[in-house]
Amino acid sequence: MLIINNLKASIGGKNILKGISLNVKPGEIHAIMGPNGSGKSTLAAVLAGREFVEVTEGTVTYLGKNLLDMTPEDRAKEGIFLGFQYPIEIPGVSMVNFMKTAVNEHRKHKGLDPLSASDFLKMMRDKKELVEIDSKLANRSVNEGFSGGEKKKNEIFQMAMLEPKLAILDETDSGLDIDALRIVANGVNKLKRPDNSFIVITHYQRLLDYIVPDVVHVLYDGRIVKTAGKELALELEEKGYDWIKKEIENNVTA
Amino acid sequence: MEKDQDKILSDVTTGEYKYGFYSDIEMDRIPKGLSEEVVRIISAKKNEPDWLLEFRLKSYRHWLTMKMPTWPNLKIAPIDYQNIIFYAAPKERKNLGSIDDIDPELKKTFDKLGIPLEEQKHLAGVAVDAVIDSVSVKTTFKETLAEMGIIFCSFSDAVKEYPDLVKRYMGSVVPYTDNFFASLNSAVFSDGSFCYIPKGIRCPMELSTYFRINSANTGQFERTLLIADEEAYVSYLEGCTAPSRDENQLHAAIVEIVAEKNAEVKYSTVQNWYPGDKDGKGGVYNFVTKRGMCKGENSKISWTQIETGSAITWKYPSCILRGDNSVGEFYSVAVTNNHQQADTGTKMIHIGKNSKSTIVSKGISAGHGQNSYRGLVKVLKNATNARNYSQCDSLLLGDKCGAHTFPYLEVDNQTAIVEHEATTSKIGEDQIFYCNQRGISTEDAIGLIVNGYAREVINKLPMEFAVEAQKLLQISLEGSVG
Repeated sequence: MLIINNLKASIGGKNILKGISLNVKPGEIHAIMGPNGSGKSTLAAVLAGREFVEVTEGTVTYLGKNLLDMTPEDRAKEGIFLGFQYPIEIPGVSMVNFMKTAVNEHRKHKGLDPLSASDFLKMMRDKKELVEIDSKLANRSVNEGFSGGEKKKNEIFQMAMLEPKLAILDETDSGLDIDALRIVANGVNKLKRPDNSFIVITHYQRLLDYIVPDVVHVLYDGRIVKTAGKELALELEEKGYDWIKKEIENNVTA
Repeated sequence: MEKDQDKILSDVTTGEYKYGFYSDIEMDRIPKGLSEEVVRIISAKKNEPDWLLEFRLKSYRHWLTMKMPTWPNLKIAPIDYQNIIFYAAPKERKNLGSIDDIDPELKKTFDKLGIPLEEQKHLAGVAVDAVIDSVSVKTTFKETLAEMGIIFCSFSDAVKEYPDLVKRYMGSVVPYTDNFFASLNSAVFSDGSFCYIPKGIRCPMELSTYFRINSANTGQFERTLLIADEEAYVSYLEGCTAPSRDENQLHAAIVEIVAEKNAEVKYSTVQNWYPGDKDGKGGVYNFVTKRGMCKGENSKISWTQIETGSAITWKYPSCILRGDNSVGEFYSVAVTNNHQQADTGTKMIHIGKNSKSTIVSKGISAGHGQNSYRGLVKVLKNATNARNYSQCDSLLLGDKCGAHTFPYLEVDNQTAIVEHEATTSKIGEDQIFYCNQRGISTEDAIGLIVNGYAREVINKLPMEFAVEAQKLLQISLEGSVG
C-alpha cells in the first residue's frame, strides 16, 4: 500500500525528517509514537501534501504511484485521508454541503455518477450512527463551535463517509475523554477492512488499548528508532521516552 | 509557500466576463453632449406631456448648479458629460404585440443572457421587463397581471397610460434636488420599469427587469418607480449586464419605492455590469440613487443586492421609516476584484415609532479591489423605540485588496437600541488545505467558502435567482480557471 524510503524533509530550512523508511501493507494498522518535536505531524503533512514541508530526499510510493508528484486533492481522491490534529473551522460552509462536495468529487474520480440528494442524506444518516455523532452537529458549519472532542469525532465521521484506503490519524486521541476515545476507536475498528490500512500517530498508549496495532514504530528526532509489535507501546508507557533516548545514546557511544 | 497560494488565488480571481458580447442592432441615437436642447429632444422623442418636460428642464437647470461629490472612497476619472450620448433606442419600436415583433438580434441577446422573454420558457412564473439601452423592449405577463389590477410596464408607457399615478409618486422619494446624479437622471432619464400593486393585492409572481447596456458611448439613465398600495405585496428583481468596452460607461439610475400601510416590497438586484478588464480599463460606472419610503404603518421594504460587476459601484439603497412599526432591511454582497472599487451601503432613517432596521453587508475583496461600506443609521428625535442591527463583514482574498468601513450612527432619541458588529477575515490557507485533503480543488474550495460567507444574503433572494446568484459569485471570482 505505502512504501516510504529514506524520506528526508525540512520546514523553513530546518531538517525535521532525517531518513524515514516505512512499509504499510493492506489490512495493517501501524502506530507511530514519539515525543514532541520528533516529526510525527511533519510525516503526516508530507503524506497529505502540505506545501510548507519541503521533501529533500527519498521516495514515497502509494499503490505503486509516486505520491510526492500528486496534488493533495488527487492524493485524497486516490484514497488517502488525514485526520487532522487541529481540525480547522470553515464558517458558512455546512457539513452537509462540504461532505456532499467531497463525496461527489471522489465518485467523479472513480467514474461514478454523483449521489442524489436523498441517497447522500441516507448515507450521512448511516455513518453518523457509526460514530455516534449528534444530528445537530452535521447541520452546522464545518467544525464551527465544535468542542475538541466533537471535532475529532467529526474527523472520523468524514473518514467513514469517504472510505479511504489509507487513513492517517494525527493525534486523534489528544483532547478526548475516555468515552469519546472509546467512540472514536470504535468507529475506526468498524471501518477496518482487509483492503485498507491505518497509520495512527499518537503520544500515548491509551488509544492503542482500543485500536490494536499490528506494528508500532517509535519516532525520535526525525528517525524511526525502534519497530516492534504492540507490546512496544506498553513498554513505552511504562518506561517513558527517556528510555528510548538512553538506548539511542548507548548505541551511539557503544 | 505563500507565493504558491497567492498564485492560485490570482489564477482563480482573474475572470472572463462572459456577457461581454455586443449585439448588432439598429439603433436610433442622438448626437453626443448635454444641453437644454438635448433634454428637449429626449422628451420629444418619447412624446412626453408638458409636465414631464418641465420636470426635466427644472432638473437640468438645477444640475448645472451642482458639483460632483468628492467624499467617497473612490478614484473616479473625470467624466466628460459632453462626450456621452444621452439617448439610444432600438430603431422602429412599434407597439410590440407579440414576442415575434421583436428584432431577432434582440431576442438572441436575451437568449444568450439566459433571460426568458418567451412566456412559455418562463421560470415558474416570472414576469420580465426587458430594457435594452434605456428602452423597455418587452414586458411579459402584462395582461395576466392587469387582470388583478397590477400595473407592470415600462416607465414611458406608465407616463402615457397612468399619468396621475406617476405624477403623484415620482420624485416623492428621491427629489430632483437630492444629489448630483439624481438631478442628472431626472433631466435625462430614458426608461425603466413602473409597477403599481393595488390595495390588498399580493402579486402572484416575481416581477423582474433586465437591464442591458448595448451601445457604446451612451449613458444609462433608468428610472424605476414601484408602488405598493395598502396591504399589497410584491417581490421584484432587477438584473444588469453590459458588453465589454474600453471606455467607461456611466449608469446613473434612480429607483423609488413607496410602501403604504401594511404593504411590503422586496427589491432584489443582481448586478453584473461589465467590471473593466483585469488592468482596470473600461467598465461601467454604477452611480445609483435607490430609496424606499415606508410611508404607512407597519410597512416593510427590503433591499437585497448582489453586486459583482461595475468598475465603480456607488450606491446606498435606503429606507425612510416614516410609518410607525415600519421595517427596513438591507442585505448586500459586494465583490470587488481586479481594479474594481465599491463605496456602497445604506441609510436607515428612523422617523416613526417602533421602527426597525436590519443591515447585513458582506464585502468580498480580491485582486486590487477596494471595497468600502458606508452606512448611516439615523434616529430622529421623535422616533421612540427604534431598533437597529448592523453587521458588516469583509472577506479579503489575497493581500493586495482593501476593505474599509465607514459606519455613521446619529441617534437623537434615548430609547433607541442600535447594535453594530463588524468582522474582517481572510480565507486561510489551512481552510483551503482542509478542503484539498477531502478531494476538493482549490477553486471549488474558494467557491464553497465564498458562498458560505455570502449565504445569509443569498438566502434573501427569491429562490429562482438564488442559484443564479451563487453561480455568478463563483464566476466573478473564478472565471475561466479549470
